[in-house]
Amino acid sequence: MLHTVNKSPFASLTLTQCLNHLAPGAAVLLIEDGVYGATAGTGAGTQIASCLGRFPVYVLGPDLEARGISHNQVVEGVVTVDYAGFVKLVVEHDAVQSWL
Amino acid sequence: MSEGDGEATGLVKKFLFVNRKAPYGTIYALEALEVVLISAAFDQDVSLAFLDDGVYQLVSANNPAGIGMKNFSPTYRALEDYDVTKLYVERESLAERGVSEDALIVPVTVVGRAEMGKVMAAQDVVLSF
Amino acid sequence: MKIGILVNEGPYTHQASDSAYQFAVAALKVGHGVHRVFFYHDGVYNGSSLTDPPRDDRQIADRWSKLAAQHEIDLVVCVAAALRRGIRDQNLAPGFRISGLGQLVESGIQADRLVVFGD
Repeated sequence: MLHTVNKSPFASLTLTQCLNHLAPGAAVLLIEDGVYGATAGTGAGTQIASCLGRFPVYVLGPDLEARGISHNQVVEGVVTVDYAGFVKLVVEHDAVQSWL
Repeated sequence: MSEGDGEATGLVKKFLFVNRKAPYGTIYALEALEVVLISAAFDQDVSLAFLDDGVYQLVSANNPAGIGMKNFSPTYRALEDYDVTKLYVERESLAERGVSEDALIVPVTVVGRAEMGKVMAAQDVVLSF
Repeated sequence: MKIGILVNEGPYTHQASDSAYQFAVAALKVGHGVHRVFFYHDGVYNGSSLTDPPRDDRQIADRWSKLAAQHEIDLVVCVAAALRRGIRDQNLAPGFRISGLGQLVESGIQADRLVVFGD
């Protein structure tokens, strides 16, 4: 299952809730305001770093750039993808759950 | 009716409707329920998940008369008539909000967070609104 | 692969419709099929022919229409949600049609993946 999160972790518990429900085979993609969660040195970033060993985490590059977040601010191990990468993740996983 | 087209495919998929939003403040809960009823008409394997503020949708004491909205809570009671019986409610979400299972309008399966994760992982199509 | 898309939010206020559009374009570019985009909740406003954004802004309804024409995508606006919000055949942008929620469920059944964009 590919899980997408589109809320800032500073405004909503959605990222935490998503991470709490991951099952084997899951991956997480941060999009829209969800990309703020990939920022290193934040509580959300720490949460993501601690789950990276078990689940891959991706972040949508165009949404990062739109929000002025440079790649060196992103938590190490989080993979930046473009929209083509988003499509590839959707294809590679058997279903998609959007955490709205 | 377009509903017939889906049945003609003969495919049965596992549909999960994820409800994480409170009722009445926004329309998402009501319009989600409308899709649930339609999906049941397509003879799909339908499950509903209620977690986070979504658990408030099922509180039997909800009464929106004073805000001029239609009370759609009775519709949850009708789900059984559509053979929609898999309603999973997250224990932690209830506890965090001080809502007891007794306060809910229909019988549900209360599951812990880890089990809810497994329910989600087992689906073919996950719809959230 | 056959992909279905659900858009739950209206244009301009929320990024959902933009994300869905960029995703659809990327999927089509690598040869996947987007068989249907279903618009629900305030998402039905994406199909309004009455929108007239400033020239230097993206033309959201128009670009959905063009994408649908180029790639034979079925753009479906939910009838119940549309009638609630004043979207009717008379003010529907080209390429969009109004139909029932069954079209969303059918998309979930027929598509290999259904991707939801909303708030």
